[in-house]
Amino acid sequence: MSRTFLSVLAALFLLAPFASAQIAVKGEMVYTMAGDPIENGVVLIRDGKIERVGSFDVPDGYEVMEATVITPGLVDAHTVVGLAGYLNQPHDQDQVERSSPIQPELRAIDAYNPREVLVEWVRGFGVTTMHTGHGPGVLVSGQTMIVKTKGNDVQEAVINPSAMIAVTLGNGARASSGSPGTRSKMIAMLRGELLKAQNYDPEKGTDLRMAAFKAVLDGDMRMLITVERSYDILTTLRLAEEFDIDIVLDSAAEAYLVTDQIKAAGVPVITMPTMARHGGERANATMEAGMHLRDAGIPFALQSGFEAYVPKTRVILFEAAMAAANGLSFEEALATITIDAARILGVDHRVGSLEVGKDADIAMYDGDPFEYTTHAIGVIIDGEVVSTEVR
Amino acid sequence: MLKRILTGSLLLLLVSGTVHAQTYAFTGAHIIPVDGQEIENGTLVVRDGKIVSVGPAEVVEIPRRAQRHDVSGMVIMPGLVDTHSHIGEPSGGDRSAPMQPETRVLDSINPRDAGFQKAQAGGVTTANIMPGSGHLLSGQTLYVKYRDADVVDDLLILDEDGNWQGGIKMANGTNPRGNGPFPGTRAKAAALVRAEYIKAREYGDKKAKAAEAEEDPPPVNLGYEALLDAMSGKKVVHHHTHRHDDILTVLRLADEFGFRVVLQHVSDAWKVADEIAASGAWVSLISVDSPGGKLEAKDNHFKSGRMLEEAGAKVGFHTDDGITDSRFFFRQAALAVRAGMSREGALYGLTLAGAEMMDLGHQVGSLTPGKDADFIILSGDPLSVYTHVHETWIDGVRVYDRSNPDDRKFATGAYGASNDQVMHLHHIELEAGQ
Repeated sequence: MSRTFLSVLAALFLLAPFASAQIAVKGEMVYTMAGDPIENGVVLIRDGKIERVGSFDVPDGYEVMEATVITPGLVDAHTVVGLAGYLNQPHDQDQVERSSPIQPELRAIDAYNPREVLVEWVRGFGVTTMHTGHGPGVLVSGQTMIVKTKGNDVQEAVINPSAMIAVTLGNGARASSGSPGTRSKMIAMLRGELLKAQNYDPEKGTDLRMAAFKAVLDGDMRMLITVERSYDILTTLRLAEEFDIDIVLDSAAEAYLVTDQIKAAGVPVITMPTMARHGGERANATMEAGMHLRDAGIPFALQSGFEAYVPKTRVILFEAAMAAANGLSFEEALATITIDAARILGVDHRVGSLEVGKDADIAMYDGDPFEYTTHAIGVIIDGEVVSTEVR
Repeated sequence: MLKRILTGSLLLLLVSGTVHAQTYAFTGAHIIPVDGQEIENGTLVVRDGKIVSVGPAEVVEIPRRAQRHDVSGMVIMPGLVDTHSHIGEPSGGDRSAPMQPETRVLDSINPRDAGFQKAQAGGVTTANIMPGSGHLLSGQTLYVKYRDADVVDDLLILDEDGNWQGGIKMANGTNPRGNGPFPGTRAKAAALVRAEYIKAREYGDKKAKAAEAEEDPPPVNLGYEALLDAMSGKKVVHHHTHRHDDILTVLRLADEFGFRVVLQHVSDAWKVADEIAASGAWVSLISVDSPGGKLEAKDNHFKSGRMLEEAGAKVGFHTDDGITDSRFFFRQAALAVRAGMSREGALYGLTLAGAEMMDLGHQVGSLTPGKDADFIILSGDPLSVYTHVHETWIDGVRVYDRSNPDDRKFATGAYGASNDQVMHLHHIELEAGQ
């Protein structure tokens, strides 16, 4: 008993310096994603924030960590990890509630499991921030949130508890029985809800569903619309224009066919995983999606997305690597899982690049992070070393 | 008129030449023969669909009439061998029984499936097309080459007697479970398998006795014939299995009935690596990007390749396409190397190991003189994410060329690239003419 207690105490003491001390992370190459990469760079961390970035001698009093390549902690622009668990059994699948096709009042923080194995899994590869929550599969499945992949309490980890409302259009939203059964019905139902929400008055009685749609109409929340076919993308843009709402296109397998319209609408795209299967509504997808969006000047980021079977989640690092092999440059691909993702999510004031004053979220690698045979060797979130596993 | 006829016959000669009697020499490449040391500046010569010579540039003699391909800066290695794929919508048994050895993938394949073209773009040249894992025994698998095909015959790998080749697909664990007649427990699953193999053995005994006594044989039982092929070693059993105890159950059954087995998927392989190695069973691994997705894969780990290699087991890989896409087959080996497997072992696992698991090691899987001219030309190292397959050759015929936009679309994906394909228009014209 007392021995156990002593061990715990010892462990606390060992961890304590790491947790609170100032850390200097040295890298042969530091990709800050805010300017050119720095050769033999150093990132100083103090009180959970980035204190200084550059090429200089480490001052006294800093715990030194070293790696070949340093990047900002990775930002997964869209996933369901934490609501979807790795066992894929009914008890750990909370990303879609099928009792009704429209439930924007469902909050992600009420279902997120910070101890989920998949959270630890993606963190080990360098993912420090996730946009996760309710997934595709019904017309309006619920809300999403932006969360750090740390800790055991969602309240401590969350950056934005109500980021977007997850909407699916096309085959993915077709109900197995009842409505919506067609594309037209999906849009008619959505328009009906938004029209009702225009007249929502909370003083006459709270309606959580209407309150959520009202937040979209007022510009307090965006709609994350998962859609694949080109004509569904255009329908989506039409809906956004009618109600003057901010949307983000999600997955968008055929976005490359309608880049002019997406560009004109000023809508960002969180594009499907590079290695996602090319079947169903994604039959016409291309691994060069990022290249097409870049060429069109459309802001975009990558996502790990949603998987129903194996693998239960993709790893954003691997998807960006494959994008770098299919039309994007190394730094463009890295941006899709760091600063560009942070910008689209509206959290670039805190994460996505290594700049003074931002959260000290850092990923360390023993080589080119995209290479299959390189390892993630360390991860820091808010100045705390959360992983030193070689993975 | 005469001139036109002459031109026509000349064309015919040229066309038949490219298919049957052409000699090619590929020079300047980094060659990975798999059955020997990597060659820095190598030359590969192929003729009539076979490999003639492979070696350092200064050693290999290039035939005078060979068509030369300068592939300096590129890498040449054998076409990849995928021991477990589901391209072409293959099927085996239906829901009527848990063991249906009489069903054949041969009778179900759609050879126009675009998955074949995508697999060519991934550098895969030989594969084992299997029925699913929802049965204890779902049917007979089909060994194919990913040639351009309109009919299933175009895909087949024929043996010396002209017969198609394939294995037997079995599965245990949760996938074959169900309501009766499917098993509800692991013990029941094993009991059903044992009972069926014993019946097949008795059927075989009857046949042998009848032959000895020069009496009429018992009526042909297609299912038992297939099981006899498994027990005689003529057909290899490809066994879906994940959990450590299920893996050992497979080894126990293989031992009891004498079938040769390739353990397929084997998520828990790293837990029983020594037992697998000691049994002599072959292993075909798949890694997925995260653990889980199903209970039995919760401990799936990149390190299985390393641990099996250390234990001395023979290790190959597979795509299980569409679980993973054939265009990413290299990742299987590369992720194993990430977790400590040797480069040599991983590249062997992508090629010759798979060929040996399908009894095709004498014919494909390495760049060896006399073997089929199945090879791929890569832009760089096979274990780098940035590397692309530039060309895929099967039987001395180029079936994929990334510099051709019509081919390239299968590598990247494009509008219509997942639709059924028509490879040989002359078949269509023939049909139209009839």
